[in-house]
Amino acid sequence: MDDKHAHDIKKHLKVYIGVFVALLVGTIITVAVSRVNLGHAGNISLALIIAVLKAALVAGFFMHLVSEKKPIYTILVFTAFFFVGLMALTIWAMNDSPEQTTTTGQAPPAHAAPAHHVP
Amino acid sequence: MQPTTEETQQHAAHGAHHEELGFWRKYIFSTDHKVIGIQYGLTGLLFLFFGFCLMMLMRWQIAYPGKPMPVVGEFLQKLLGDEMVNKGVMLPDLYNAFGAMHGTIMVFLAIVPVAFAAFGNFVVPLQIGAPDMAFPRVNMASYQAYFLGGVVMFFSFFIPGGAAKSGWTSYSPLATLADMGHHPNGQTFWILGMVLLITSSLLGAVNFIATIIQLRAKGMTWMRLPFFVWAQFVTAFLLLLAFPPLEAAAILQLMDNVAGTSFFLPTGLAAPGTTTPLPISGGGSPLLWQHLFWFLGHPEVYVLILPAMGIVCEIIANNTRKPIWGYKSLVYSVLCIGFLSFIVWAHHMYLTGMGTKIATFFQTTTMIISIPSVIILTCFFISLWGGSIRFTVPMLFALAFLPMFGIGGLTGLPLGFNFTDLHLHDTYYVIAHFHYVVAPGTIFGLFAGIYYWYPKATGRLMNEFWGKVHFWTSLIFMNLIFQPMFAQGMAGLGRRMYDGGVTYAGADDPAAGLVGVPQWVFGMNRHISWAAWCLGLAQIPFIINFFLSMKKGKKVTSDNPWGATTLEWQTPTPPPHGNFDKPIEVHRGPYEYSVPGHDGDFTPQTEPDKR
Amino acid sequence: MDIPYVVQPREDTGLFNAKVGIWLFLASEVMLFGALFSSYILLRVGSMNWLYGEAKDLNVWLGTANTAVLITSSITMVMAWASLKLNEFGKFKAYMGATILLGLVFMVIKAFEYNAKFHHGHFPASHTFYAIYFTLTGLHALHVLGGMVVNSFYWGPGSKMWKTDPVRFTNRVEIGGLF
Repeated sequence: MDDKHAHDIKKHLKVYIGVFVALLVGTIITVAVSRVNLGHAGNISLALIIAVLKAALVAGFFMHLVSEKKPIYTILVFTAFFFVGLMALTIWAMNDSPEQTTTTGQAPPAHAAPAHHVP
Repeated sequence: MQPTTEETQQHAAHGAHHEELGFWRKYIFSTDHKVIGIQYGLTGLLFLFFGFCLMMLMRWQIAYPGKPMPVVGEFLQKLLGDEMVNKGVMLPDLYNAFGAMHGTIMVFLAIVPVAFAAFGNFVVPLQIGAPDMAFPRVNMASYQAYFLGGVVMFFSFFIPGGAAKSGWTSYSPLATLADMGHHPNGQTFWILGMVLLITSSLLGAVNFIATIIQLRAKGMTWMRLPFFVWAQFVTAFLLLLAFPPLEAAAILQLMDNVAGTSFFLPTGLAAPGTTTPLPISGGGSPLLWQHLFWFLGHPEVYVLILPAMGIVCEIIANNTRKPIWGYKSLVYSVLCIGFLSFIVWAHHMYLTGMGTKIATFFQTTTMIISIPSVIILTCFFISLWGGSIRFTVPMLFALAFLPMFGIGGLTGLPLGFNFTDLHLHDTYYVIAHFHYVVAPGTIFGLFAGIYYWYPKATGRLMNEFWGKVHFWTSLIFMNLIFQPMFAQGMAGLGRRMYDGGVTYAGADDPAAGLVGVPQWVFGMNRHISWAAWCLGLAQIPFIINFFLSMKKGKKVTSDNPWGATTLEWQTPTPPPHGNFDKPIEVHRGPYEYSVPGHDGDFTPQTEPDKR
Repeated sequence: MDIPYVVQPREDTGLFNAKVGIWLFLASEVMLFGALFSSYILLRVGSMNWLYGEAKDLNVWLGTANTAVLITSSITMVMAWASLKLNEFGKFKAYMGATILLGLVFMVIKAFEYNAKFHHGHFPASHTFYAIYFTLTGLHALHVLGGMVVNSFYWGPGSKMWKTDPVRFTNRVEIGGLF
């Protein structure tokens, strides 16, 4: 391993420590915030935002994603897209149920319901 | 000039010098992609036949409801117990178990392993000029997980209560309630088997993608890849990203079955056959299971069909002796299919009462995804134009694939629109539709591939005459089975019915304005069943031909008996461990047949430009 | 012919094989946990009687401590890999040992948490909240366990490779660490 390489790694070490501290701070904020009442939606979104930031830090620096090669990005972009698709479309489908058909007093067509079955 | 077999056998003998592996390492715990491919192929074909046998037994019950099964009735009663078979008559529980396991076995244990894992393993590294897969040991683990999954599924028939009975889709809450008297029950086995199979697929998919990205030979650029490799590449991505949600769903259902949770069980659910609510915490969503299942389920359809399209493409190019028409359109189409297949899944769920907005979304994407499929089929048809076609056995199967898949695909359009789907969804029409895609579609593609690459794997050709007998009888009986089902379905015959639908026969009551299913529909049940049994007989020539040709088949006279351009034919026959005996360099596209200015009617990919 | 790009990256992709493999695997993990989180959100939003605040009976301090343990173990993992890059095998052993130990601490704390839940009569069957809690944390614990097994291999018998093929071993540790 050449010197330049070793120098790069040493520079990375400082970044790692910085990220480490940031992660700990993030955790503390999450816990602290859960004690403060920002409203139901407010608490959840803040917790989620911090969680996403933490995940980004881990993936970006600890897992070297910031300096990764193009094929990896391509794979992950598609994965992220399909993940969002899975979540968004499922939630959409679950919340979009058919509108209630209101009966307006008109008799249903004769063949639709055998009338004599109704007492 | 092609090297002769004598030469290549010397090469092979030479190559075998530096490693003498025992029988176990060479054939059972092998890390060689070709051996693993053949292991997958044989196991998969065995399950294909087994799954077909389940259906042949079910067809008896459909055609002759309540009559004892001939020949095997007594034997099955001894084997599976009186709860399953009574006086040789198949009981409803066994019918349900066979139905569920037929689907599961055919999809997850037969077609995917043969189409994706067997052909992919054997052919892909050869076609891209790689010495093996990127992770040979992962490859072995993938086969072992698949094998274990198969064993678990197979043994579930013999546990108390029998195998899973809730369809290959295992909808909750039925899947949790169907067999509450037994623990662990068939459904638990099904889930464990699925987890193993999913693990196997994930390992395989990672391996395939890594191999295709990393191990292409020098000069093998993306646009020089044979279409089969592209198809496998997209298939691997579908498996990689669509299977995990089903794995998640399977884990949640396992918790429902074993730990008493309510992920998919709604509040107020009553115990089967009663009105007393079950002692569960409730609050779960049965629809959630369907979403997670079909998020895999639809890409899975393309997992089944894309490898077959790839095989057919290779064979058509080779036997028309001309370049495939629209190679780039094929590649972009297959990529489009892969992408779109992730966002069409809910067209399997119109019956669940979807809102109009989301239904419109899924109808739109479903219609859009048919476009690339039609492009692919059209390219294949145009490729036939003006070719001097050689009607070899593989070519016959490949040619039959085109109209068969065409019928399967086009009959799917009415199912993609929710208003027509509401009428057709729970009928035999759906059965006919997807079997046209998978049975005379994909399975014909697989047969084509077997006849085509058999000489590369064994050094011998399969018998031409019996191959043709196999082809024509299979083609005729396949159509006699599935064509009438369209009519039955449109007439309103429901699927999944134990007695072949005769319960509906009595519903005809003109006085009350009720129209039952007409009698001819039930008459067809018998015709279809006889056709199915004949289809079983029609496979005998294939089975005998397959095994006999290993020893007695005509030996190939060169490494390239079909005169093909792609790299797998540049190896010795059969290829040794490490595949190529010389460094491979690729100089041209995959389908340079009958190019003007070249000697012969094909130019291998390895041949350098003369200029 | 040997399999190429096992150690050295391929020119046009800039990656060695296992790097592609592990990221593909991680992509599938994204989909696995993505589906689980989607289920969680749907069941929570659709629930009529979700448990809020105090009703959940979660020990925030144990959870926080365990998060800290995980974060620490992730930095020791990166440090272990960086030590190999810097050619310091002794430091690698120390950092890797710390990583495994922290994994063990995590599991022990988890066991205490589970135990407390069981004592209070909370089981997966009690409520969908607990069902999700146990299933998701259980699966995560399985992943931690898997990571510990792999890391122990690198720390123990696997580390012999450092002598025969240091670059490959460094890559291996990177791959294990990514997971």
